[in-house]
Order: sequence, then structure tokens, then C-alpha cells
Amino acid sequence: MGEFKVHRVRFFDYMPSAIRAMAFNSHTERLAVARADGAVEIFNFADNYFQEKVIPGRDGRAVEALCWVGRRLFSAGLDGELTEYDLENLRPKYSIEAYGGPVWTISGNSQGTLLAAGCEDGTVKMFEILDERIQFQRNLDRQKGRIISLAWHPSGTKMAAGMMDMIRIFDTETGSATHRMLVERGAGASKSKEVVVWSVAFLSDHTVISGDSAGKFQIWDGSTGTLIRSHPVTKWDVLVLSVSQDESSVIAGTSEGTVVQFQFIASTAGQEDKHWFRTRTFKNHSHDVRALVHTDTAVVSGGMDTQLVVRPLLDKVEKNTQESALRKIAFPHRNLVSCAKKAGLLLFQFPDHLELWRLGESDGNGAPGEILPVKRKPEKLIQLKRKGEDHICCSALSPCGSWLAYSTVSSVRLYRLTLSSNSVSIQKVSKLPKELRSVHQLCFSLDSSRLFASSSLSSVVVVALDQTECRCLHTLKHKSGSKQPIHILCPSEDGRWLAAANTDCEIHVFDLHKKKLHCSVPAYSSCPTAVSIHPASCSLVSVHADQQIFEFSLKQKEYTEWSRQLQRQGLHPLWLQRDTPVTRVTFNPTNPAHIVLHDAFMFCIIDQSLPLPKAETKLYNQMVLRSFPQPQRSRESHAFKICKNFQCTLCEKKQGKQPHTNVKMKATQAWS
Amino acid sequence: MVEQAEIRVVRQGGSKITFREPVISSDSRFLLCASGHTVKVFSTVTEECVQELRGHTDLVTGVLLRPSNHLQVYSCSADGTVRLWDFTDGILIRTYVIGYPIFSIFASASHDGVVFIVTASQRDNRSDAFQLVAVHLPACADQLVETTELSAVLGDVSANPAAIAFGRAGEYLASANGSQLEVYFFKKKKSHRFSLKDENKNGGRNTLTCVACHPTDDCVATGHEDGKIRLWRNFSHRKEYTYSTLHWHHGAVASLRFTPEGSNLLSGGLESVLVQWRYEQESQRNFLPRLGAAITHIAVSPDGSRFCTSHSDNKITIIQSCVKVSSIIQGLVTGDEVQTDLMVDPRSKALVLNGKPGHLQFYSLQRDKLLFNLDIVQQEFIHQSGLDQYQVVRAAFDGSGSWLATVEERKQKAAEVEVNLKLWAFDDHTQSFVLNTTIAAPHEARISGLCFDPAAGSRTAVLVSSSADGHFKAWRLAAPPAHTDDEGASWSCDFVGAYHGLVPGCCSFSADGSLLAVSFQEVVTVWSPASWELLATLSQPPGDVRNLCFGRLSCSKYLLGTTTKLLCCWNLLTCSLEWSTSMEVSLLLADPLSENMAAFCHQDGSADLFVFKPSEPLPLFSQKAVCPGRVTRAVFAPREVMLESCEESSQWLNRSRLYFLTPQMDLLTFSTKAEEQSLLASSKQLVIDDAVAMTPFYLLLGKHQRSGAEAPAGGPSSGSPALPQSSAAVRELLQTPAHVLPAASFLCSAFLESLLISVTDDREETGPADQEMESEKEEEEEGSDEETGAGGTRPEEAPSGGAQTEGAAPGLTRTQVRELRRVRKLDHSWLARILDS
Repeated sequence: MGEFKVHRVRFFDYMPSAIRAMAFNSHTERLAVARADGAVEIFNFADNYFQEKVIPGRDGRAVEALCWVGRRLFSAGLDGELTEYDLENLRPKYSIEAYGGPVWTISGNSQGTLLAAGCEDGTVKMFEILDERIQFQRNLDRQKGRIISLAWHPSGTKMAAGMMDMIRIFDTETGSATHRMLVERGAGASKSKEVVVWSVAFLSDHTVISGDSAGKFQIWDGSTGTLIRSHPVTKWDVLVLSVSQDESSVIAGTSEGTVVQFQFIASTAGQEDKHWFRTRTFKNHSHDVRALVHTDTAVVSGGMDTQLVVRPLLDKVEKNTQESALRKIAFPHRNLVSCAKKAGLLLFQFPDHLELWRLGESDGNGAPGEILPVKRKPEKLIQLKRKGEDHICCSALSPCGSWLAYSTVSSVRLYRLTLSSNSVSIQKVSKLPKELRSVHQLCFSLDSSRLFASSSLSSVVVVALDQTECRCLHTLKHKSGSKQPIHILCPSEDGRWLAAANTDCEIHVFDLHKKKLHCSVPAYSSCPTAVSIHPASCSLVSVHADQQIFEFSLKQKEYTEWSRQLQRQGLHPLWLQRDTPVTRVTFNPTNPAHIVLHDAFMFCIIDQSLPLPKAETKLYNQMVLRSFPQPQRSRESHAFKICKNFQCTLCEKKQGKQPHTNVKMKATQAWS
Repeated sequence: MVEQAEIRVVRQGGSKITFREPVISSDSRFLLCASGHTVKVFSTVTEECVQELRGHTDLVTGVLLRPSNHLQVYSCSADGTVRLWDFTDGILIRTYVIGYPIFSIFASASHDGVVFIVTASQRDNRSDAFQLVAVHLPACADQLVETTELSAVLGDVSANPAAIAFGRAGEYLASANGSQLEVYFFKKKKSHRFSLKDENKNGGRNTLTCVACHPTDDCVATGHEDGKIRLWRNFSHRKEYTYSTLHWHHGAVASLRFTPEGSNLLSGGLESVLVQWRYEQESQRNFLPRLGAAITHIAVSPDGSRFCTSHSDNKITIIQSCVKVSSIIQGLVTGDEVQTDLMVDPRSKALVLNGKPGHLQFYSLQRDKLLFNLDIVQQEFIHQSGLDQYQVVRAAFDGSGSWLATVEERKQKAAEVEVNLKLWAFDDHTQSFVLNTTIAAPHEARISGLCFDPAAGSRTAVLVSSSADGHFKAWRLAAPPAHTDDEGASWSCDFVGAYHGLVPGCCSFSADGSLLAVSFQEVVTVWSPASWELLATLSQPPGDVRNLCFGRLSCSKYLLGTTTKLLCCWNLLTCSLEWSTSMEVSLLLADPLSENMAAFCHQDGSADLFVFKPSEPLPLFSQKAVCPGRVTRAVFAPREVMLESCEESSQWLNRSRLYFLTPQMDLLTFSTKAEEQSLLASSKQLVIDDAVAMTPFYLLLGKHQRSGAEAPAGGPSSGSPALPQSSAAVRELLQTPAHVLPAASFLCSAFLESLLISVTDDREETGPADQEMESEKEEEEEGSDEETGAGGTRPEEAPSGGAQTEGAAPGLTRTQVRELRRVRKLDHSWLARILDS
């Protein structure tokens, strides 16, 4: 496997933020997740739950509700504004004030024409959805008390609104409230406290389902306004409900961290007389479940414990397949760490600040597996607070360690760092070219003379960096017509090539000398999660969300023989079943046949000179191999060498000759 | 030998009544439960056994009401037959011969003429594979029917009857085995299997323990080993099944039942709490706690008004409308271990052994009923594992039954044992044992042997206790010193004996009390209790002496002892070994009424029995493999009526019967064919006699009168002073169960009057009393209900206060007696109404 010096970096104090709201678009199979810091993330459920896009948050924006209308995504929050997002440029498109105080909920009708917002002042505000914006249409009858939750009847003529102590049913054509259904308060001491109807659902047979702060799951007849059945689910709050597409199942998330499923089942076989029965209980969260989505095959839940959990319904999927496995998505599918190889610096990206650390040093060589004595401890050099209200969306550190750049949705900032042995100075570069205004990804070339920034319409801006000035050299564009943002930028070591991957699953390679598009890698159906160009052979290695690995020769403009063989033979089933995407690919400078890649839970070296593992052989064979004698070891060994001896790798990079850096939330064990 | 087939090992008396789920009759008046080889019918109101259905020749493994006739009941047994009974009259209607041992029986109203039984699977020879078989019961008038139409329904089922249940209107059948639930649909002839993981990630054991089906909905409830209850729905689809989970029990759920309307689900387990879940509102639960012991079965009456729970301590509790325990039927408590020997109380002829923690139980084997519990330790028992509490380890009666010695011990640590020796005197007034003397720490170490001088009456009784501290002590009842105020005599130590510092083992008195034999490891010492002289020593190495027994009657010159390998017989006249034979005897005991001795040997993993006379070379009777394991507890219980058997091999059973406890804590006995036939005949006789108007009360009364007639004849207690006689009315008033009496206020004035008025015609009372009894009987016939037979021999029946009043109060005048009877008659009318409705 080769020898590496491993730095145990336990000082990246990354804290994901709680999930507030979710919305699922069943046509595009995209899940939008809003977090407590205002960030919105888009997951592609069709592509292995890959986190495609992240729209950074902003101070003071708390998203309380999310809603898809067609391919458009709307949000509302307690700041009283409705926001539509620009999913191509990863930024809010516009916000309009609802003039009703904090907005608790929004809901679009199934026809996609109207958006209803429930406000603190007791009004339900209707907005007409136009092509480019939304426009206020009218208010429904104003009620006393805030509107906490809203649900449209599928026909669009009626609407149920959950309020304090009651549920109202509105006729959306006349705007008048037709029914008022009083919700019982909790028993005992909470009798004097108002009960909050946190969530309502309106089914096509005019059944209204509500979940409230007294812990009740109630089923109402919406046409008569009467209570049919009440199920006490928890002692605390039922926070959120979600109905399956065929309306045969409803799930309820509680503040105890459980998700309770109710199913519409005939009590005796073969009869039409169906009832709602409480059936399964899922407990995958340690804290409140704030957001729930019932897809056709799974229950997706998120809450205060920041994890996104995809729990497949075993009666809807094949057993013992990749689909039937429980998934927990805890970490972002992108790199929040950049590394200055030569200077031994690490840059950590947080939503509201950046941290620059110097790695520890040690002298002497130890035996494999030994912990080396630390001569100089790692130290934090700079904590850089961002300016403005917008959160940081990307950051980069130049390989020489003298440049630092970060970007928010509104601006890019570039700093020049001067490091001496015991002093650090940072200086902002004041005049930036105007092309650098809104970028999604930043990257320095290896000689630190260029800054690449991905801009709107999948273009890449190349900026030349100089001690005196920085100027925009040119903009690289491709002709595929995709407007999706570029999420990976990767320059080659010799400075000739630049690979750019966007969320339309395209990878374009630009020739920096000729300043034009060199070639495009044949499009693959799954989104690339990590891309890298081999320094010696000039081949591009890409790893995709479905765990496939490709090697594309830039010179021949075709897949290499190794890549073809890999596709012919297929990857090991255990490799394909891993549920976190590979976030970085790099190469071993001492052995060109080694491809090094990692995801959040594993680190892998692929030796291209060894045979590929067959489906029946053991994938994780490092410990077994160690026990074999040398001849058998070489016979048994295969290309994949995997190490899982740590938790949560967020970044890793090869430096110079041997050292090698792992960034971990918590390392359990050092290895070498 | 051919004759030996005559004698069988049977269960008679003291059997488990909680082996299988009890059945409540459709009018909720009777409770039927399998008990040993019989099915017992109890009255749910009075707790009395009103009928015993005899006929099976092996363990009864299931009782089931016939769905098409609620007055008939099926029973199945390991003898391979299914029998149909009329349980109110106790008549065997039909016997269906299946031919294979049956483990449980099921039926459903929609499958007419079919019963489902569980038998061992014949396909493979695995002993743990069982199958469910449908048996078409042929409709013919014969008594004995061979069934031929057998069809397997499900293979691979559990032998536990709680693991199979019929669903809504018999349309499907749910069966649990391991961690798999199988639902079989009769219409489609198809089954769906749903399996759980053996262990879920939290370490819960998902193994299914019991199943219940909702009567009207498609819902199956399963109980699990980790205490969860799952409600399965939508199981008619192979894939879209679903379940919800309820969790209250912390131990395994032992039994689940839906009420007949399906509005409630009942569950019970180790916690001895009956939990009632509201169906479809499972968060609403009711509890009936403190039921005494772990629940093993739950049964619900067909009208839902009564539940009953079986408990692990051989007890059935009948519960009215889930809130009130209305009656308790208690069987013989054997628990995990019997520490005292089995004994027979000379007075009541009851079997005595330790039952409830800290108690001695008196169990009448003849009537198969628990008479009473005597609290020995007199400390609260705390139901918590790991606590070290006082336990009764030894007990002994003297020859007449007027003294009882008990030893209780608590082992704090291995070194220091706390031992108490208690002596109890029988009190004639209270008809119970009263604590006379408590000797704390009678020995330094634990007591290994305890025996009374059997020849009581002539002299003051002597108690000998031997202990591991190297001494044996003789205790004698000493008169109190003259100057103290103590009212009675108490026991004190009379003699301390030792022999060369050896550790004494067991001790035994000769039948006439003139000799005492104490074993000291390998040596047997013979002492004279009169002078405490060491008379002789006997020894037969190698091995310590385990049991000692003096011969009786004509063989009283013999002393028998067992060592680990030998059974030895010494002649006490010559002080030499008469004979010895090499066998590993685990228990040796002598019949108190004859010369016979019984030896249980342990050989090849099972127990063999030899019955012999010490003077004769050949055993009278021997049976190999009586039961698996080692028999260490047995007793000869004297018979009430001597058998007249002429068979040589069964003569030893004429005077007394031999009961023994198997290592599995089953009480077994030996019975001859003739005896069984007479029993069968007598039960049939009774039925024919009473066939005119059978009411439970009539039955009870009949029993009561019979037992009353027997009591004075057979009881050796006739020597003791008789209870002061009093008027029939007062006695009846005291003996009549409270629930058939009118309100106390109603009776009070008449009763008080009887106490106030001095009566002169007390002596004349005896003459007309008989007349009254007869006239009473007629009235009882009219009223068709009367007091139950509260056992005449029940010692604690008469409370002390009552006894005193009886002693002081003269009888009532005839007019008062009439008045009382009139009052009672008034009462009968409403009682009869209730019973008829």
C-alpha cells in the first residue's frame, strides 16, 4: 500500500446545522432540505441520493417551509418573506414581503397555479405563480390566531389550515371558512396551554389528518367537520405529517425522534371498509423530527440531530438490495477543506468564518503503525470572519500558501498571506476584476499563478495573480448549452489542463495554453463526485455518485484500457453498495499506478497494476492478506486496498514526497 | 412379569392444573382444566371441584369446548385419543383413537366435525418437529371410534398450544414458530410466512411466544420473548403486511387473548400483572397487578364476563370483569425444589411439604385439594431474585400428629448459617398448629436430620436433630419451672451426643421408640433413648451412610441402611450384617403400616423402584425406569379404605400408596388396574344416581355429606377430645359459605338471641336433629341450591372465636331454628333466580 505519514487532524470543529424543512419533487426526484442556518440543499434521489447543490444561507433568514412548484423552489420564513431560488446560479432569485408577519407555512396547489402562505396575523395569502415571479392575489378570511400549517385538497377547491386550538377549512374560491374543528388540549397541566396544530394533511376523500402539540394524531371528516378518530402518538408534540402519493399511508414525526406510520387498511380482507391503523414506528433520530417526506418507497426524515435519514419501506422494495438499506446522510458531499501542500497549511470552511491551521511537524521516522513524536503542535493561524450577511459558499487556499480566496453569493474576496516563522499577516486584495462577482467554486493552479472560478452558465473565469495586481485573463466556455453550475474544478499539475464538472453530469476539459475547450468526456448518467487529472499520463479519473470509476485519456480522447476493463468486469458489489460518494481523488507521486480516493468513512488506494477483484472475492481483505505468506499474498491481492480505521474523513491530499493528510472529525487510530 | 403390567405409574392428586390453558364453560359457571390424567371441572363461584372426567391413560394435553355443543368438551391426551365428554354429567360420550401422542387440540365453529391436533411430525425423525393435523371425526354412534381421515395442514409448528390460534370465523389460522409467523388461509389453501430477525440490533429477542387472533378483524397479535406485542395486519398480502408494536412487559409475554367482542386484548407474563389493552387505542391500558405468580395462561369465558389466569405456582385465578379477583383455585405448589421431605400429617392424612416461600402446605391427596398453608417463617417474603430469605428446610411430625418440628434456615454466607428450630403444638380449639417453642441456633451448623420418637402417647415425645457440627441433640418437652408464670410446657435440650468427632448424617427411631440409630459417616450407632447409652455400632464401609430405616412389625429386628454403593440390612439381635446387596439407592423408606420397604435406585439416568420385605430375599415388586432422573422425595400415604387385592405383586399397595416426586416436580403414584376400574365405575355410578336433577350445589352437598360421613370413621383423631357439639343451626351458619348466606344484619338478631337465652332442652336436641337433617334435605331439593361442602376435616375452618361461642352457647330453640331456616329460604329464592338467569 505504500508508506505515508499521516497527520491526525482533529481540530476541524465542523458542526452541521439542524434540518428545518424538506420538500420532495416526485417528478424530478429532487429533495430540497432547508437547514437552520438558512442553507438549502438539493439531493438527487434518482442519482444515489447525491447532494447536488447547496445554496448557502444568510444571517437572519430562517426557512420555515419549502415548496416545489414544478421545477421551481419556493421558501418562506419567519422574516415574513417568500423567496424563490435560482437553482442554476445557486442563489435566491428574489424575495417578496408577504405583509402578514412571520410566514409559518407555504403550500402550492396541485395545479401549480397558486401558492398559499399562512401568516402570523391569521391570514392565508394567495399568490399567483407567474412565469418569472409570483404576485399577490388575495387574502382568505382572516382568522384569530396564527396559521401554522396548510394543506390543499387535491382538487384545489378547498384548503385546511392548522391554527392554535383549531383547524379551519376554507373554500378557496370564495375565500370563506366553511368548517371549524376544535382540537382538544392536552390533559393535566397543559390544559391551560393552547394546542398548536403543527401539521395538517387533506386527502382526496375529504379526510383531514392533523398532528398537534398535545401528541395526538387525529383523523377528521373534512366534509362535515367531525372528528373520526384520535390516536395519542406521543406525550409531546407531533411536529410533521407526510402522506404517500397513493394516500394509503401517513407518517408522523414526533419530538421524541420517532416516526410513526399509519396505514389505511381494510380491517377484514376483501372488504372496502378501511380504517387508519397505527403500524410501524421508526426510531432513527435522537431529537425532534422536524421534516418528513413520504416517497413511494421510503420514509425520509430529518430533524434537530442534523442527519437526513432515508428509511426504505420494506414492503415496497425488494429485500436485501441496495435500495432496502437504511441510509444516514450526515456530512456534506463536497470538500470543506483545502490544503496548501508546500506550506503545510489547512483551510477549513465554516458558514460564517474560515480557519487557517498550520500542521504539526515531527522529525524522525517510525516503524509502520507507530505514532511519531510531535515536534511542533498544530496551531491555528487565522480565524477570518466573513463580511456581509451571506454565508460562505466556497473557499480555496493556494498550494504555496500565499493566497486565500472565498466567495459568498454576492462577492468574492481574495487575500494575500505572508507567513514567516512566527508572524502571520493577511492583506486583502482590493481590486478584483468585475467578472469575479458570484462564483460557485474556487481553485488555484498548482503554481499559484492562476485562480479559477466557476461562474454562471457553466463558464470558468481565469484570473492571473500577481504581486501587484490581479486581472481577468479570459473566460472559458463550452458549447453544450448546459446552464447548471460547475461543482468541481480540477487543474492538472503541469498547468495545461483544467477539468470542470457540472451537475448536468458533464465533464469538460479545457486547454489552458490554447485557452479553449479541449474535449468533453462522454456524458455518463450519474453525477461526478470527484475528478482528478493524472500528472504523468494525463488521464482524467472521475468517480461518480453511483460509485463507478472511469479513466479517460486526454491525449487519445477516449477511455483507457484499464477503464474499459473495469467496465467490462464490473465493480465489486460491496463497492457499489457503499452509501457515501467519493469526495476526492488523487495520485501517489511515487507510484503512478496508484489512485488514491476517499469518502467520509473510508480511504482506498487502487493499484492499477493488480488484477481487479472478482465479485466472489473478499473486498476488504487487508487484514486477511497480512496473515498470508508472501507468495499467497501476491496471488490473493487485488487492486482495491481499503482502510476504514478512522471516522469521517472530510479531505485528504498528497503533498510532496510522502506526507499525507487526513482530516477527520474524530480519528480513532493512526495508521501508516 | 405379567402381573406387573397391572401396576402403572399414574398422576393422582397434586397434579398440575396449570399445565394447559383452562376453559370456561359458556355459562361461566364451570372451569375445566387438564390435571394429570383427568380433566377437572371446577365451579367458578365456589372453587370446588364438581366433576372429574376420568378415562385418559396418559397426561391430558388439551381441553376444548365443542364448538357445536357448548355442553360438551373435547380432551386430548398423550395416550393418542381424543375424547368427547358431557362435562356437566361427567359422561364419556365418545373416544376417537388417533394413534399418535397428541400435544394440543384446536377447533373452530366453521369447521364442523373437524378438530385440529398437533402431533409429532412423522416425516422426519426429529423429536422437535411437530405438525398440525386436521382430523375428521366420523359421526357414528359407537363409543370407540377409529379415525382414519387425517390430513396434514401445517408442517413445522410449535408444540406449545399458545402458538396456534384460529382467526376470524375460522377463515385462517396463525401459527408461531421460532421467530416466524405463518398464516394459513383455509379458502385459498395457502399460507404466508412472515419472519423477523432473530435478534434485533438492540438485543431484543424476537422469538414469538404466543399468538392470538382478533375475533372479527383481520388482526393477529403475537407475543415475543423480549416482552413486545406485535399486532399484524394486512397479512392476506404476501408483501404489504404491516405490524405495530406494543411494549409494556419486561419479560416474555406468556399468553395473549382477545375478549370475545374484540374490544380488548389481554396479556400476561412474568410480571404477574394482567394487562388489558384497548383494541385500536392501545395507549389505554388497564392493569390488574399482584396476582401472586407469573401468568402462564389466560382464558376468557365465551360471554366475556370472566377471565381466568393460570399461574406458575399451580394456581388458577378467576377474575370478574377485569377488576376483581373473584376466586382462586390452588393446586399443589411444588415450585423448583422441595426442600422438606414429603410427609403425611397423621391427623388430617394430608401430604405436607413446603409450598409458598416460608410456608408448609397441607394438601389432601384424597380430595385433591389444598387444605391450608401454615406460615412457618412468619416473615414477609420479598419477591425479588437474589435476596437471601428464610426457608423451611426440614419438618417432622410426631406419631400422633400433635407436634410438628420445623427447621428454617437462611444462608447469609457460606460459613454462617442462621438456623431456627421451631416446635408447633396442635391446638384442638383452633384446629391448627400453634407455635410452642422457638430455638434459635439449635446447632452450630446446618441440621442434617430431624426425627420424632414415633411411639407417642406413652411417654413424652423426644425429638432428635443431627447436625454437621458433629453432634446430635435430643429435645424433650419439659414442664415449666414451678415459680414462673408460663402457662405451658416448652421444649429444651435433653442430651447432646457425639461419636469420635465424626459428622452425623441421618437419624431414625425404631417403631416402638426404644432404639435410636444415628449414622456418623460410615458408622451407624444405635442408642437407647431411655438412658442415652450407646448400645452398638455397625459399619459397612466403604461410603457414608445415607439413609437409615428400622424394620416394622415382624421385621423390627432389622435395621436397614444405604451407602453410596450398598444396601445393607443388619440384624439388631446379633448386631451383624444380615445381608447386603450392591445397588445405588437414592432413597429408602419404610411403609408405616406394613413391613414393606421401598428403595429407589438410580441407574442409567433413570430411577428404579424395588419394594421388599427385609426378611425376604426376593423383592415383592420391582419396576425399572419409573421416571428419568433421581428420585429423592417419596412417601407412603395410608389409604382411607384398604384395597383388597389378591395379586401378589400389588398387595403392597393395599394399605398405603406410594407417592414420589420426579426431578421435574411431578407428583406420581402407583395404581393397580382394579383400582382404576373401581374409580371409573364409581364416577359413573354417581352420575347415574344424580342424573335426575344435577345442580352444582346438589353435587357439592352430596360430596359434603359423604365426606362428613367418612371423617369420624377413618380419623385417628377420634382419640382426641371431640369438639363441643352445638346446635345444627349454628354449625350450619358457620359452615355455610358466606356467599350463600343472607346479609349479616338479617341473621344478627336471631343469632344474638340464641346467645342470650339459656336453653334447657339441650339434651333433647340430638333426637330431633336427625329428623331436621332429613327435612332439610327435602327443602334443599326444592330450593335446588344449598351450602357447599366446606370440608369437615379442614382444621382452620372453625375460627377461634366461633369455637369459643360454640363452647359457651347452648343450641337454639326449635322455633328459632325454624326462623333461621325461613330466613335462609328467603335468601334462596333470589339466589336461585340468579343462577337460573
